[in-house]
Amino acid sequence: MGRVATDLAYLATIVAFILALRFLSNPATARRGNWIGAGGMLIAIAVTAAQKQIESWWEIVVGMIIGGAFGAVAARRVKMTAMPQMVALFNGVGGGAAALISLAEFHRLAPAPGRLHTDISISIVLSALIGAISFAGSMVAFAKLQELIRGRPIVYPGQQLVNGALFAGILAAGVAIVAGAERQWLLVALILGALLFGVLFVLPIGGADMPVVISLLNAFTGLAAAATGFELENNVLIVSGMLVGASGTLLTVLMGRAMNRSIANVLFGAFGQVSAGAAAVAADADGGAVRSASADDVAVMLAYAHKVVFVPGYGMAVAQAQHDVRQLADLLEARGVEVSYAIHPVAGRMPGHMNVLLAEANVPYPQLKEMADANPEFPRTDVALVIGANDVTNPDARTNQGSPIYGMPILNVDQAQSVVVLKRSLNPGFAGIENPLFLNPKTVMLFGDAKESITHLISGVKAL
Amino acid sequence: MSHGLLLVFELTILVLAIFLGFEVISKVPTLLHTPLMSGTNAIHGIVIVGAMLVAGLGPKDTLTTVVGLVAVVLASANVVGGFVVTDRMLEMFRKREERPAKPPPKDGRPGP
Repeated sequence: MGRVATDLAYLATIVAFILALRFLSNPATARRGNWIGAGGMLIAIAVTAAQKQIESWWEIVVGMIIGGAFGAVAARRVKMTAMPQMVALFNGVGGGAAALISLAEFHRLAPAPGRLHTDISISIVLSALIGAISFAGSMVAFAKLQELIRGRPIVYPGQQLVNGALFAGILAAGVAIVAGAERQWLLVALILGALLFGVLFVLPIGGADMPVVISLLNAFTGLAAAATGFELENNVLIVSGMLVGASGTLLTVLMGRAMNRSIANVLFGAFGQVSAGAAAVAADADGGAVRSASADDVAVMLAYAHKVVFVPGYGMAVAQAQHDVRQLADLLEARGVEVSYAIHPVAGRMPGHMNVLLAEANVPYPQLKEMADANPEFPRTDVALVIGANDVTNPDARTNQGSPIYGMPILNVDQAQSVVVLKRSLNPGFAGIENPLFLNPKTVMLFGDAKESITHLISGVKAL
Repeated sequence: MSHGLLLVFELTILVLAIFLGFEVISKVPTLLHTPLMSGTNAIHGIVIVGAMLVAGLGPKDTLTTVVGLVAVVLASANVVGGFVVTDRMLEMFRKREERPAKPPPKDGRPGP
């Protein structure tokens, strides 16, 4: 296939990807958009297969069968509640592939007679560096979300110093390669260093900050793909990679804004560290006691309310309670109760996490309220039912300057007439911060697994 | 085209892609942020093009063979998994469009 025909076909792929993203602006067209994107990908694969420099086939066929089968099975089998880890996993493998391509290209080209073009060596270094960080970081995020390792921030003294020194070392290796030291071992060392850095960089970040991290890693893989495009002089990689880079960056910024924290603060200011002092302040100030209620009591509160707002969080995802929540909402609506869902942008473990789960349970869109629309409603709300959400409802964010989340916009559930918190235990949330909402006289706690509690509430409401 | 010109051309495309990306993506509603992330995940599976070019080289040493093969495995998993997961998510978002306003009666009587 000639260069012109090839590039034209790649242009068709680019258009397909842009349309795919364009169609994502509306739920009604989004699925079609995804298919258009997949079609574009098929074109790119077919065109690449028709290139004359491809002479050996078994690696491609075997690789595609193994990778494709794994991807298809994993993607089909995964439960909706495990989506964040799947997104992290597929993000990571893309970054890993970009890093490996760079390694192979460098191995083929270097040391070049004279020297590599500077832009090529820069692209190789960047793609290897960013791809490897994205791979390792995504795998740690995957392990945290899958609860293979602790979700809480993992911190040790001198952490920033170690990470800083490591990163400086990686950069030095990269600069050396670009400056002309085209040694294979230097790039291998750079990749190994970047892998280690990826691990160390995500380890200290707590579960509550995962939406930011996942968005950022998404942007990284996009950038790595774009750098690979420069290295192979291939437009489709450059454009697609940058589209992903832009998307990931935008989501990262949105998530950071939703927490009113700079991205640097999220990445380097591990939540757990300051919380001890803040927790002590919170306990002193309130000194109240936690009230717990039975499911039957709460069922009565809900059934005789005019307006109930559900506030879902990661606890709902873990318990896979979304279908039961929907069922409870239907029951309440049948009794004439006005029901809506207040969704905080960073509730859960990835951007839009709660929306996907509630979509799975077929909750009507008009009932889903974003924070700006939900907050003015709380003063007229009889019961705010908090289902496994914690930090996003913590009033310390408004009032306690000592709190690590001070200044983060929250859902003002404490302005409702009464608040019911469904929670497994009194343990602080993933961020490790005490929540004075639990001590508020308006609040009652319903302890237990969210799914079981909701099931009890359903039978309670039915019995009335 | 000289190497310098080609580079400038590529950079131009890069910059335009950045602006286009921000433009298109800022129109995606919060509701669809998870499918957006998952969909862009699938799109960066385009590295499969690079992986194929590396793995399909003619005679090559063991290192390139192994690295190329693994790159194809990873990129294929990225492509297939990314699109399938996104499709599963979007399937749920579409269902409601077709759902009747009130759930059908549960008592199993045939409709009128």
